[in-house]
Amino acid sequence: MEPSLIKDIALSDSGFIFNPVTGESFTVNPIGVGILNQLRLGKARQEILDQLVVEFQVDLEQAERDLMDFLNLLKHFRLVSSNE
Amino acid sequence: MSRPRVNIAVTGLNAVDSPGPGVPVIRGLHEALSFEANVTGLAYEALEPGIYMDGLVNKSYLIPYPTEGIDSLRDRLLYIHQKEHLDVIIPNFDAELFSFMKLAPELEQHGIHMFLPTLDQFEERQKANLSAFGKKHGIDVPESLTIHSLSELEKTVKSMDFPLMIKGRYYEAYIAHTLEQAKGYYAKISAKWGVPVIVQKFVKGTELNVTGLGDGSGQTIAAVAMRKQFITDKGKAWAGITINDPDLLKITRNFISSTHWRGAFELEIMKSDNGKCYLMEINPRIPAWVYLAIATGQNIPEALVNLALGKPVSPYESYEVGKLFIRYSYDMIVERNNFEQLSVNGEFKQI
Repeated sequence: MEPSLIKDIALSDSGFIFNPVTGESFTVNPIGVGILNQLRLGKARQEILDQLVVEFQVDLEQAERDLMDFLNLLKHFRLVSSNE
Repeated sequence: MSRPRVNIAVTGLNAVDSPGPGVPVIRGLHEALSFEANVTGLAYEALEPGIYMDGLVNKSYLIPYPTEGIDSLRDRLLYIHQKEHLDVIIPNFDAELFSFMKLAPELEQHGIHMFLPTLDQFEERQKANLSAFGKKHGIDVPESLTIHSLSELEKTVKSMDFPLMIKGRYYEAYIAHTLEQAKGYYAKISAKWGVPVIVQKFVKGTELNVTGLGDGSGQTIAAVAMRKQFITDKGKAWAGITINDPDLLKITRNFISSTHWRGAFELEIMKSDNGKCYLMEINPRIPAWVYLAIATGQNIPEALVNLALGKPVSPYESYEVGKLFIRYSYDMIVERNNFEQLSVNGEFKQI
């Protein structure tokens, strides 16, 4: 299942996220902004993972675990949906 | 091209911790593009802040409480009309609406226009009738029953699961987790507001509101949705943000087209955690947070005045999403003489 950012989410470079449907707002760190921007571009989980490994020089297992945690958090707050 | 001048009287100048809508309504009237508003304030108490705020009203008058009866309200309004030549009145309190609706035909003969719900619409949406209202108009409403006695309460709650909401017919609501709590709240509410008391299934979720305006023929003239961001201990929104939830706007349009709602309103909606929307309450008037709707592109008070005057009004199609209102309190310094004029004479003109 590939995660996709729900429609119309407002994401600022400062890390501020606004969901115009629910009115909820959140803040994320620069790494989070990077991941959300990748999701917005329609990148697949594996592509995001590859980029994290290269950019932050972490091992694949660590990056995979952190990305999964972050995506679960986004799902919990209804900011992403999963495409079959 | 110069704008026509319209003389408008507005109630609800009590900008206090549980604020009336008068002050934001007047701000909207002063920002109207289609007319120049000359505003008269109608107050129940000499300490209502809107009376003394700079640039808000030209003159204020005390009016009698609804409990004093329709006759004294009529006499007072006609006296004010003699002096101010009113074109439109915008009543803003639930408790006064019935009197104004009753007086509407008579005031109309004197050239004073209003744009209020019909008496049937007003009655149908009362909290005690909300269950039937939901069924009739195909709107989800939490299961609720009206209770007239303690024994009826005991019998009723056996068929419902706790927690339950125990609500007064006009104001106040409490969450009861046990029968004992429910009995306590029943006693408290019935002593204050009388019966029936409403027992309603508790819905856990997010509190959302929509303010809007129906033209009486089923057309939506305005609709703006807001999520409460900060709620006071009286349950009032002290901050909120405009949202674009298609479910809320669909419910609002259905509500207006199905009821042919005439006038302004506020829908209180609870969106449950599984995404289902329940209509909790319909307030048949402009809410105190209306300035957020005005600032985001829908001047509901202006449209309401034009509808009252029988002028054509185009529906608003959109509003700015993601804009916040944050309310604040502010200490005005008022000359004793001004307070004295209103207290003694029942009227006060801003210099």
